Amino acid sequence: MSGFSPIRLLAMLRKESLQMRRDRGTVGITVMLPLIQLFLFGYAINANPRHLPTGLLSAEHSTYERTLVAALQNTRYFDIRPFATEAAAEQALARGDAMFVLDIPPNFSRRIERGERPQVLMDADATDPTAIGNASAAVAALNATVLNRDLPADRQVQPPQPPFDIVLHARYNPEQLTALNIVPGLIGLILTISTLVMTSLAITREREGGTMENLLAMPIRPVEVMLGKIIPYVGLAYVQTSLILTIAVTVFHVPVRGSLLLLLLALGVFIACNLSVGFAISTLARTQMQAQQLAQFGLLPSIMLSGFMFPFQGMPGWARTIGELLPLTHTLRICRGILLKGNGLLQIWPDLWPMGVFALLVGTIAVRMYRETLD
Amino acid sequence: MNALAIDVHDLRKSFGARVVIDGLTMQVPEGEICGFLGGNGSGKTTTIRMLCGLLRPDGGSGTCLGLDLIHDSASIRLQVGYMTQRFSFYGDLTVLENLEFVGRLYRVPGLAGAVRAVMQRFGLADRAGQPAQELSGGWKQRLALAACVLHRPRLLLLDEPTAGVDAKARREFWDMIHEMSADGMTVLVSTHYMDEAERCQRIVYLAGGRLVVQGSADEVVHSANLVTFEATGPGIERAARRLRHLPGVATAAVFGRDLRLAGLDRAALRRAIDSLDEPGLVWKEVEPRLDDVFIQMLNRQEAGT
Ligand SMILES: Nc1ncnc2c1ncn2[C@@H]1O[C@H](COP(=O)(O)OP(=O)(O)O)[C@@H](O)[C@H]1O
Ligand SMILES: [Mg+2]
Repeated sequence: MSGFSPIRLLAMLRKESLQMRRDRGTVGITVMLPLIQLFLFGYAINANPRHLPTGLLSAEHSTYERTLVAALQNTRYFDIRPFATEAAAEQALARGDAMFVLDIPPNFSRRIERGERPQVLMDADATDPTAIGNASAAVAALNATVLNRDLPADRQVQPPQPPFDIVLHARYNPEQLTALNIVPGLIGLILTISTLVMTSLAITREREGGTMENLLAMPIRPVEVMLGKIIPYVGLAYVQTSLILTIAVTVFHVPVRGSLLLLLLALGVFIACNLSVGFAISTLARTQMQAQQLAQFGLLPSIMLSGFMFPFQGMPGWARTIGELLPLTHTLRICRGILLKGNGLLQIWPDLWPMGVFALLVGTIAVRMYRETLD
Repeated sequence: MNALAIDVHDLRKSFGARVVIDGLTMQVPEGEICGFLGGNGSGKTTTIRMLCGLLRPDGGSGTCLGLDLIHDSASIRLQVGYMTQRFSFYGDLTVLENLEFVGRLYRVPGLAGAVRAVMQRFGLADRAGQPAQELSGGWKQRLALAACVLHRPRLLLLDEPTAGVDAKARREFWDMIHEMSADGMTVLVSTHYMDEAERCQRIVYLAGGRLVVQGSADEVVHSANLVTFEATGPGIERAARRLRHLPGVATAAVFGRDLRLAGLDRAALRRAIDSLDEPGLVWKEVEPRLDDVFIQMLNRQEAGT
């Protein structure tokens, strides 16, 4: 048996593409998966939710109360509706129908005018702190001067001039839209899921279908099998990438500040990483079930430690060390960098070469692990 | 004798602690159809896999087509056509696509013509566009055989090609094996149907991972030195049951309307017949058949171990 043969590789490629095309399920999933995830993460799941249902309890209605409610509404974090009794409000909070309950004390306006600084109680459902975090901050930031317009002149607050101002300048994502942060990350995640899981099934499918024995008995080299099985998935992965990018730009208004070509090239390296991991899993696993589980096992640290789920800077040292070894970590930085910051090759290089090394290393191991016998 | 297509000595293979092939020595001359017989689990598939390099033997040595089993397995693969016991083609690909795939891997010259020729030869032309998974058992076997001979191998290793197909398909399949042989291919065909031994020029009989007997059908029959009697008449079933427990009787079994009795010692058999006291039975001595020999050998081996 001679070395590498392009004819055999082509034969393998043809066979794999035929099988891929016949498998409507796979094609459907590869198109639907990114769409569903993109809309779930980018649209439905908002880490900075607004319009949180808020109950209002008030003993008397006054101008001050109306102004306060209007100010809260204006933050866009609160949708306020009145409740008749405290019990009703309590129940709404317990059931999750209300995230906040605003309790205006009796004699609110009289006590304000007397300068007694009455307390307005705001109950919050803090089971998901991130969901209410920004809204709570908005309450705290309600200016002490919010009622000035309504107050008699002698009660109006005259804040001393602060010695300095802190101006928060949220860069790249000035409105702090979650989609802008999430969508570039999603590109990496979706590509991981589809390429890793699908290639991990590549060899096990042959083994379970009984075709492996025949394949092994024929004169085909491991590297030909590997490339033949992987290349069609590269094509599929690029279809997915284009799909995600198109939606990201048109629906979520993610800017493309850097070079699209550079992004596609960098993603190619990332895809190679995933495919080699998938192929390694594929040679290890005895059944498709095992392969799936191994793939998920490999996916978990990627999702948790890459900076997709939690901010990378917030993770402890050991987690960051592991994170640095994961291709997804680098891809997230590259995607965000190119799309949002307009980074060029020079800036992404520190994240690009580790992925190249990873793909080469794991790919070599995978080909070595491919057994040419049934032992 | 011709050159040997298969020549292995003291082959051994274990899976974990389990010894599956226990010192197998066998020869198959070039150009012959050799029946590889043995019950389920006797080690036929394991042996064939070692012959084509899919399993590495733990011990022993041998050649296949003059090439070393261990070092030249890559070259052996190019000249061998292996038909696996389990159907191993792509169910979602058509007959034609499966054949083309195999042909390309072997880099068969003039692929389109070669594929057309084998499809014609095995009657697959009408089913060229049919997905392999939709073929019935007999047609699947034809596809598998067609794929094995596409690259014109010198040696065919067929692993239970007739298991699970109906009698007509079995007969047709054996006809095709004979055609391949006429084309000059050596054929090693494993089976657990003892009657198929009749269609082989040579027999290798395996039990428990060890050779029981090998040779041409005549050689096997003669080397056994078996004496066989046949009886017809009423009560042959009852007679067979009783005979089995008498000394000197290797086998006593009913085939249709005949009772066949076999053993190594003519005198002992006659004593057994006399002790039966069944005057309705008419006995005569006949030529021993292959299956008599197999059963007797198997019994002897079981008694020995
Ligand atoms: N890969 C394997 N691992 C463990 N045991 C095996 C393996 N392959 C075969 N065996 C065992 O070896 C014995 C012989 O199997 P096999 O060669 O398939 O027999 P046959 O083909 O004659 O039915 C059987 O008992 C089988 O269970
Ligand atoms: Mg078998």
